[in-house]
Amino acid sequence: MTGPFLKPKRKNPLARTTQPLLPPQARSRKAHGLTLAAATGRFVLQCCGECGRYTYPAREACPNCLSSDLTFRDAPTGGSLLSETQIEVTSDPYFREHMPWRTGLVQLDCGPIVIVHLHGGCGGPGSQLKLSLQLDRAGQAVFFAKPVLEVPHMEDDPQWREMTADPRHRRVLITDGRSPLALPMAQALKKAGAARIFVGVADRWKPLDQQALLAAIEGVEFVDLDLTSERSVQELAMDIGAKVEILVNTADHVRPAHLFDAGAANAAREAMDHTVMGLMRLAQAFGPVMRSRGADGAAGAVAWVNVLSVHGLSNVPQFGVHSAAHAACLSLSQWLRTELRPGGIRVINAFTGPLDTEWFQTVPPPKVAPKAVADAVLDGLKRGLEDIYVGDVAKDIEARLFDNPKAVEREAGQ
Amino acid sequence: MSGDILSKFAGALASGAVRVVDLTHTLSPDFPVIVMPPELGQSAPFRMERISRYDGGGPAWYWNNLSFGEHTGTHFDAPIHWYTGRDLPLNSVDTLPPADMIAPACVIDCSRQASEDADFLLTVSDVMKWEEQYGRIPARSWALLRTDWSKKSGTAYANLTADGAHTPGPDAEVMRWLVAERDIIGFGTETIGTDAGQAGHFSPPYPAHHYLHGAGRYGLQCLTNLDQLPPTGAMIVAAPLKIQNGSGSPLRVLALVQERSTG
Ligand SMILES: [Zn+2]
Repeated sequence: MTGPFLKPKRKNPLARTTQPLLPPQARSRKAHGLTLAAATGRFVLQCCGECGRYTYPAREACPNCLSSDLTFRDAPTGGSLLSETQIEVTSDPYFREHMPWRTGLVQLDCGPIVIVHLHGGCGGPGSQLKLSLQLDRAGQAVFFAKPVLEVPHMEDDPQWREMTADPRHRRVLITDGRSPLALPMAQALKKAGAARIFVGVADRWKPLDQQALLAAIEGVEFVDLDLTSERSVQELAMDIGAKVEILVNTADHVRPAHLFDAGAANAAREAMDHTVMGLMRLAQAFGPVMRSRGADGAAGAVAWVNVLSVHGLSNVPQFGVHSAAHAACLSLSQWLRTELRPGGIRVINAFTGPLDTEWFQTVPPPKVAPKAVADAVLDGLKRGLEDIYVGDVAKDIEARLFDNPKAVEREAGQ
Repeated sequence: MSGDILSKFAGALASGAVRVVDLTHTLSPDFPVIVMPPELGQSAPFRMERISRYDGGGPAWYWNNLSFGEHTGTHFDAPIHWYTGRDLPLNSVDTLPPADMIAPACVIDCSRQASEDADFLLTVSDVMKWEEQYGRIPARSWALLRTDWSKKSGTAYANLTADGAHTPGPDAEVMRWLVAERDIIGFGTETIGTDAGQAGHFSPPYPAHHYLHGAGRYGLQCLTNLDQLPPTGAMIVAAPLKIQNGSGSPLRVLALVQERSTG
C-alpha cells in the first residue's frame, strides 16, 4: 500500500548528504528502442512483421518464425502478475538504499513475459496490471507495473517517485520570469504541490508585466537572474543553488532577422547569448550542486527542464536565428544530460512549435498556448519523460523527422 | 609661460586648491541602458567574464573580458551618433580633436523642478534666468543639466512605464538656441540620454541629439556628482576611448573645481 508523500523534514546539517547512486546499467544497442519509447512515454515492444507476434527481450530474429523483420511497435499495456519478489537484501548499492523494493514477473497480454518494478498498490500474483516503460535514475528503460484501477496516493509510491520527477514538496527555479511561460508554469507547479517557486527576473528596473499575478501565487519568490550575466547566474546559485530540486529553463529570445541582413550577426549573437550561453551559464552554476543532491532525501534534486523550439531540430528560415540558437541549445542539453546522469538528474527537453505570443504574431495557427507548454512539462515531470513534443506543429515535425529529415528541411525552405 | 601655468596648476592640485570631482558612475552589469523597441537593435549592457583569477586559467594574475555597447554607463556621444552629424569632419570618437576633450562647464540646477516633475523640460527662459544670475554662457562651454537624477537607481532611475521613459531633459527650442546662440561645445545630463524620456514625441524627435550632433557638438550622459560643481568655473575632462569610427564610448569624466576658500 502507498501512503501519502508527506513534506520531508528539514535535513540534519550534521549528517552527510547521501551521495547519488544509480541502478545497474547495461543495455544492448537494440534495446535502446525501449529507451526511445520510455523517453517519450510510449509503450513499445519488438513485433514481427511476418507472424505478428511481440517479443522480448530485444533480439535480432523472431523466436517464433525466425524472421528478421522485427520492429518496435506500440503494444497493449495490460498484463497479469505471475510472481513477485520483495528485495530485502541485496549487494547492489543503489537498491540497498531503497529497500524494500518490489519486483515481479508479468505475463503481458500480448505474449512476452517481462520483469517489472511493482507499484506498492499492486495486488499479489494473478492481479491485473497496467504497464509502462520508464527511465530509471540511470536513464535506462525499465518496465513498471501499476494497478489497473487508481489507488489512493498513487503518485506518491516511493518506487514510482524514483522513476519520475514529481514536483510535490520540491523547490523549483523558473529561470525567466519575463517569459509568457512563467505564469502558467508557476501556477501548474503550485497546483502540483511544489514547495517553493523561485522566479528569476532580469533587469529589475524594467516593469514586469505579470508581477502581481505571479506574486499572488503562494510560494513564489522573485530572485535576480540575468542569464546573459555570468555574475548574476553565479550569485543566484550561491544563494539558492542547494535549494533547487527542479530547474525549468524558460529562457528564449526571438528576433526575426534575415541571414543576409546587416544586423543579423547582432541578432544572432544576442539570441545565442540569451539562450545557448544562458544555458551554459546555468549549467556551470547549478549543474554541479544539483548533481550532488540527487539522493538528498525523498525530495532531492531530480530534474532540469529546457523549453526548446522544435525548429531547433530542423531550421525554419522565417525564424532562422531562433532555429540555430535552439539547435545549439539542444546539443548543449544533450551534453548536460550526460553530465547530470551520475546524479540521477533527469534532463527533459520540451520541444514546442510557435507559441501564441507577440513574437509569433504573424505566424498562422496552430500555435501553442503558454499554458499548454506548462501542462505538458508538468505531465512530463510526473511521468518521468525525457523528450516532450508540445502542440500539433511539434508533434508533426517529430513524426516527419523520424520518417524523412531531408523532406522536413526542404519543405521548411519553401 | 605655459610651463608656469601648468606648474601653478600642479601646485593647486597638490594643495587641494583645485579639487578633482569624479562625474562617472561605476560601470556595472546592473546599470540601466537605453531601451529601444524590442524589434530594433539593442545596446549590449556592460558584461564582464573572467579570464583568470590566480587560478588554472592564469596562476598569478586576474583579468577579465568586457563587452558593452558604445552608449553604456557614463558615456560620450560623438556627432556621428546621429544622422544629422553623419557627414561632418572629425565626427567620430577616434577623430575627436583632443582640445575638445577639456572645456569649461556651466551647471544649470533644475533639481527642484525635476523632483516635482519627472517630465520636467528645460526651456530658453530657464537658461536666461540662470544667465541673469551667473552671466552669459561662454562659447565652447559644456551646458550641464543638474537634476539630481543620478541619486536614483534601478527602477526609479529608468522610470519606465507603458508609454515609455519619464525622465527630465531639454525641450527642442532650448537645444537649438544653446547650439546656435550660445555656441556650447556640448550638453550633459544625469539621465540615460541627453534627451528627455519622452523626447521621441518632440519636434524634431530627440532634439538634443538632433541639434548637438548636427552642429558637430557632443553629448555626455549618465553623469553624477553634478551637485558638487559650482554654477560656473569648473573644467571638464572628457576623453572617450579612441574607437575606430566609434559613435561614442563609456569614459571617465572628471571636473576640476577651484575651491573658493583658497585664492
Ligand atoms: Zn515471427
